[in-house]
Amino acid sequence: MTAPATPSTALAMDGATGGALVEYLLRLGDDRLVLGHRLSEWCGHAPILEEDIALANIALDLIGQATLLLRLAAQIEGAGRDENALAYLRESIDYHNVLMVELPRGDFAFTVVRQFLFSVAAFYQLEALARSVHEELAGIAAKALKETRYHVRHVGEWVIKLGDGTAESHERAQAALDALWRFTGEMFLMDAVDDTLVRAGIAADMAPVEPKWHAQVTDVVRRATLALPEGAYMQRGGRVGRHTEHLGLMLSEMQILQRSYPGAKW
Amino acid sequence: MVAADEPGTNGQWPLWEVFLQPSGGAPFEHAGSVHAVDAESALQNARDVYTRRGEGVNLWVVPSAAIVASAPSDAGPFFDPGNDKPYRHPQFYTSPRGVRV
Repeated sequence: MTAPATPSTALAMDGATGGALVEYLLRLGDDRLVLGHRLSEWCGHAPILEEDIALANIALDLIGQATLLLRLAAQIEGAGRDENALAYLRESIDYHNVLMVELPRGDFAFTVVRQFLFSVAAFYQLEALARSVHEELAGIAAKALKETRYHVRHVGEWVIKLGDGTAESHERAQAALDALWRFTGEMFLMDAVDDTLVRAGIAADMAPVEPKWHAQVTDVVRRATLALPEGAYMQRGGRVGRHTEHLGLMLSEMQILQRSYPGAKW
Repeated sequence: MVAADEPGTNGQWPLWEVFLQPSGGAPFEHAGSVHAVDAESALQNARDVYTRRGEGVNLWVVPSAAIVASAPSDAGPFFDPGNDKPYRHPQFYTSPRGVRV
């Protein structure tokens, strides 16, 4: 993860828009960095070799996306930080990922259901972002969209297999869906940051993304013979740095090398 | 979907052979094998295990059980008879100048 010295896009932005874009890129990047790290925890532990590699592939895709997004955030921020500083030297309160991605990896069903809920939302969001007027962001989104299309296909199959599998796999998949449901709403929340950037044609409007996500999730959940949870209460907080205790623990492990040996390179 | 406890599966998910096309128009080559419960998973597992570094542009997966193979004991009757009949090889012709052989 080396930062090239290329200048940022020539898109003219006032200070407020630039600040909002840095925040927006951190949200996109943090979601992927944290979820990628959670997935990487399956390395050597997945149910079969093939799935071990598949999960590691998805983890690497997400970490690759995070690298590009955080690098762009650092360039626009212009404060002398690079993507490594953003990843390894921020405290949990400065991470702006949704809470869903930081929850412990749980069992295989939990990991698969979470990845499905996230990837479907990411897919429709990236589809919109690929049309962003910000060329670099649009380019990153177009690349990530291809990867995400495969993630949806892969974990979507697993949701159906687990849900429509044995009594135990059905029970575990349903438990995962029930536990995760109240964390899904945060993916579609919009605040002043989103509003500013949507008006400028830079960010994705999540209002049309949510019904598409809901329709696809409903379809797969039905084919998986699972029941869609009905709880309307949605947990929030990650976007403004109010995290579960799980993120701090994860970051302490993820960041220990850079914290112990500042500036270490290999 | 095939359960791992069905006869003939040896407690494992069924085996699939993976064939990879390195580039458009090139012949498919055997890459290895994967375990999977159905064709879609076999294709996905093959993609994840064998094409991570841009090794191919197309994949075939075939249930290993569908492949009919010669046995080592067939080696004699199948492959030996060719060697003592040099007239089967078109090597008695001289190539015209300018043709690369």
